[in-house]
Amino acid sequence: MKKTGSQILLESLQLEGVDTIFGYPGGTVINIYDDLVDYQGIKHILTRHEQAAVHAADGYARATGKVGVAIATSGPGATNTVTGIATAYMDSIPMVIITGQVPTPLIGNDAFQEADMVGITRPVTKHNYLVKDIKDLARIIKQAFYIARTGRPGPVLIDLPKDVQIATTKFEYPDKVELRGYKPTYSGNIRQIEKAAKMVLAAKKPVIYVGGGATLSDCSEDLKKLAEVTQSPLTTTLMGMSSFPSRHPLSLGMLGMHGTYYANMAVTNCDLLVAIGARFDDRVTGKIATFAPHAKIIHVDIDPTSIKKNVRVDLPIVGDLRDVLQNMLKKLAEQGDAVESLVERTAPWRAEIDEWKKKHPLTYKKEKGVIKPQYVIEKIRELTNEDAIITTEVGQHQMWTAQFFEFAKPRTFLSSGGLGTMGYGLPAALGAQAAFPERQVIDISGDGSFQMNSQELATLVQYKLPVKIVILNNGYLGMVRQWQQLFFDRRYSQTPLELPIDFTKLAEAYGGTGFRAEKPEEVEAVIKKGLETAGPVIMEFRIAREENVLPMVPAGAGINEMVLAS
Amino acid sequence: MKHTISILVENEFGVLSRISGLFSGRGFNIESLSVAPTLDASISRMTIVTSGDEQILEQITKQLNKLIDTIKVIDFTGQDYVERDLAMVKVNAEDSTRAEVLRIADIFRSKVIDVTPRSYTLEVTGAPAKVDAIIELLRPMGIKEVVRTGPVVLGRGAKGWRSNE
Ligand SMILES: Cc1ncc(C[n+]2csc(CCOP(=O)(O)OP(=O)(O)O)c2C)c(N)n1
Ligand SMILES: [Mg+2]
Repeated sequence: MKKTGSQILLESLQLEGVDTIFGYPGGTVINIYDDLVDYQGIKHILTRHEQAAVHAADGYARATGKVGVAIATSGPGATNTVTGIATAYMDSIPMVIITGQVPTPLIGNDAFQEADMVGITRPVTKHNYLVKDIKDLARIIKQAFYIARTGRPGPVLIDLPKDVQIATTKFEYPDKVELRGYKPTYSGNIRQIEKAAKMVLAAKKPVIYVGGGATLSDCSEDLKKLAEVTQSPLTTTLMGMSSFPSRHPLSLGMLGMHGTYYANMAVTNCDLLVAIGARFDDRVTGKIATFAPHAKIIHVDIDPTSIKKNVRVDLPIVGDLRDVLQNMLKKLAEQGDAVESLVERTAPWRAEIDEWKKKHPLTYKKEKGVIKPQYVIEKIRELTNEDAIITTEVGQHQMWTAQFFEFAKPRTFLSSGGLGTMGYGLPAALGAQAAFPERQVIDISGDGSFQMNSQELATLVQYKLPVKIVILNNGYLGMVRQWQQLFFDRRYSQTPLELPIDFTKLAEAYGGTGFRAEKPEEVEAVIKKGLETAGPVIMEFRIAREENVLPMVPAGAGINEMVLAS
Repeated sequence: MKHTISILVENEFGVLSRISGLFSGRGFNIESLSVAPTLDASISRMTIVTSGDEQILEQITKQLNKLIDTIKVIDFTGQDYVERDLAMVKVNAEDSTRAEVLRIADIFRSKVIDVTPRSYTLEVTGAPAKVDAIIELLRPMGIKEVVRTGPVVLGRGAKGWRSNE
């Protein structure tokens, strides 16, 4: 029996195991939306903006590890997805984005609501397709999902013209993907792994440096084993955050611009840096010339382009992290005595790090009568369980969350690392909550970022997604203000958010609930009430207005040149 | 340093923009680029001349390989290969210079492919340096127009470069 293009799309989604999609209708996807009525197996969540649909699919993907799916109409709907796609691309999130397109005969004519999406998204997708012939549709969908989730994951866009959605053909979903140009390397070269094990065994001051790849390849357990077996201190990037328990004795927390003193000192002084699924981003390395200057560098990554892009590497290993780590652990296990002597030899190194930890722990000053944002984060940690999924927007609140919220389980921290997209957190929380209706999902937000996608309160209420939103309200675009304070003589150009908004009323306007705390004594009660209240809740905290995120490495400085106090 | 890279790509819609976009987006140079289908019509072969230090070239080849439509990439630098560039040169042919133009054409084993009372159009094929040289020699006669394909290359020896390796 023949099927239309839009039916083929929905059938294929089902065969890919897609149960939830996020989207927004319009003229060139109206056929898909019409057919959607007959596909009860696919739950569609109507966000209130296409950008939010893509972030929601992204949050869904980050929380579950599955491919997130979003759909939008052509022209403005499609261009609205671009920030969401770029956000996912920078953080390597597996997604498939479907955009409607004007009918093929009109393409190139500046037709109504036409935008060249394949052209626009080429640099921010892992791959993209314009489907010109219905006969290619099933194959393209199959390939899109395969490309999105394999190798270094990433978003794939399918631009689907309206006439292709209407055309009919026999539906056969291919069971194999044939892409002669795409064959990711999964198993690391065993000799390289052996060499790596030798380098680890010879180290005096090893540090493991973990990025978002660890989350993507679900290798937290192996990572923990590697750190414990070798007793190597471990630091993560923002993206690697929840892949290693923050409270683990070997944890150094985050490194880089707002990293801990001890993580940055450890990296600066180590003699071996084992980089795992990280890409030496400039926010991590600071001045390259003084980054890990005494260290031999081992770099494990599934993407060869990540290796030697920014820093010299002594030993590259291309492969899936889980495979490489497991083989490395095997090699180490064969060398029991050497491991023992490694642990013995590196004891003074761990002692040195413990001194740094004692000397400059992450800390903040309490002040009478004012709510400190770090205190709010600590309280949220105390009052939530380890399964809680935390999303953030971008700014100071994001860094405070990374610093003070201690993560225990993988895939519990969702934040836009690479692109740094304000407005990411709320829709991402929506997507995560759609995936896990029973878990606590909390968006930790700033007063600026929140207003970049606050319309999603409507979606939360409509679909009974009980996301809790914490707004650390400082009345500023705080992170930019901090830079202005430190580097621009306190000229607060366009960073005060002059209008004091009543966020609790905003929550109520949408049918949610709002609470506010203005004094430190109120913080705990508001968090408790907020978490207990059913449905979406905004908890607004009027925090110390000019609190800074510290430590801070000024742009262009080495990561050991930290500003520790204001 | 100059590098000549050959790329086999899927002969798909938009593939040229993926390659050129990669170069422009990452700030890599393209000095010349030529592209045409291979014996297998589903595959196109591109030859790109680019420049950069070792680290940049490593990134260029890795980034090219990363594209889904890229089947194979070879950097011919340091390898044994033959290289040809083709140019068509439209040059003034005054009474006083006609003979000289033909003499130069002859030395370079170049063909006259179009003649008018006031011009010759020459076809010259060779390594890029040879093409540069004839252009320099013809320049004093007054060149009206030049078009070059940019170099294409093949590895030396009996072995072919198959896409399914
Ligand atoms: C979409 C977008 N626009 C601009 C920026 C630049 N930016 C980074 S942090 C920031 C301020 C964020 O303010 P707020 O959400 O209130 O967080 P705070 O820093 O005050 O905690 C800005 C404007 C950005 N990251 N994303
Ligand atoms: Mg703010």
